[in-house]
Amino acid sequence: MSRSAKNIWILAIVILLAVAPLIFINAEFGGADGAAEEMIQTIAPHYEPWASPLTEVPGETESMLFALQAAIGAGIIGYVIGLFKGKSEKTKQQ
Amino acid sequence: MVKLKRKTAASTALLIIGFTLFLLVNEPQATYAMHIMEGFLPVGWAIFWWVAFIPFFILGVRAIRKITKEAPELKLMLGLAAAFTFVLSALKIPSVTGSSSHPTGTGLGTVMFGPLPMSVLGSMVLLFQAVLLAHGGLTTLGANAFSMAVAGPAAGYAIYRLLMRSGSKQGLAIFSAAAVADLATYIVTSIQLAVAFPAVEGGIIASFMKFGGIFAITQIPLAVSEGLLTVLIWNWLQSFNTDELSILKRRMKGERV
Repeated sequence: MSRSAKNIWILAIVILLAVAPLIFINAEFGGADGAAEEMIQTIAPHYEPWASPLTEVPGETESMLFALQAAIGAGIIGYVIGLFKGKSEKTKQQ
Repeated sequence: MVKLKRKTAASTALLIIGFTLFLLVNEPQATYAMHIMEGFLPVGWAIFWWVAFIPFFILGVRAIRKITKEAPELKLMLGLAAAFTFVLSALKIPSVTGSSSHPTGTGLGTVMFGPLPMSVLGSMVLLFQAVLLAHGGLTTLGANAFSMAVAGPAAGYAIYRLLMRSGSKQGLAIFSAAAVADLATYIVTSIQLAVAFPAVEGGIIASFMKFGGIFAITQIPLAVSEGLLTVLIWNWLQSFNTDELSILKRRMKGERV
């Protein structure tokens, strides 16, 4: 089992884990922030939240910001991996 | 060897399908995102968790300073650990309970540097999400940071050391550390909500069962995914032969506080 074959297996399992519920389960798949509220409301009906989020961004903007967050991270990871690749090739040549 | 691997993969797939089918029969229920939302912790508890978190943050800053002073080459690796957390906590993955949740991504940094630096890297991500995404919140940042950036990494690191000492493979140790860090984060979040909102009947324990029971199942497949992704990036890094990695491996072998 080569390393790359192993990695392909790993990726396949991750994708399967995410896709299987989508195929087999009929549900909203909401992040369901609201459910936390409901849960707290049922346990402590008189609780009043004493702060609200600074920014109420529209859904589209929110998904943009999530994409941005992932992009920043992925960019840095790509940069570091690329740098390592270059470095390790340099040492191989010597 | 290949046969054995196939078997494992096949049984994993079966397990997933089994889980999914089992939950098909049950009513899918909503669960919630990983963070306690803005304003949803009573003032006293919000302050309590802030106070509990701050010492770890300070220790984290000191740990990072120490790392960058001793081995400036590792700055890149710290950046990588932070970036990994950024990416993973932006992925809202559908789960078997019919709702989505996201991984934490704290496992990689934890096995590379120990749990302390993660208190800083993890809380940076939480701050980003609280301020820009209205996800989590500033009043609850102390509590959220304590669960995701302190408790999770601490549990993950404990498992990592334990497995490495008992001579298991590093891949398995890293997988377990990441998965446990993820699960521990959610367990701590459940505890935080339970102590703040004890049920009228049954008190804290009943509350904990309510909060924890819901997203324990949601989080299990995600913890597996998170463990696998962490192993994936670790394997990827392993394939390069650079000074940074050899310094890091030497540090990882040695005892660290």
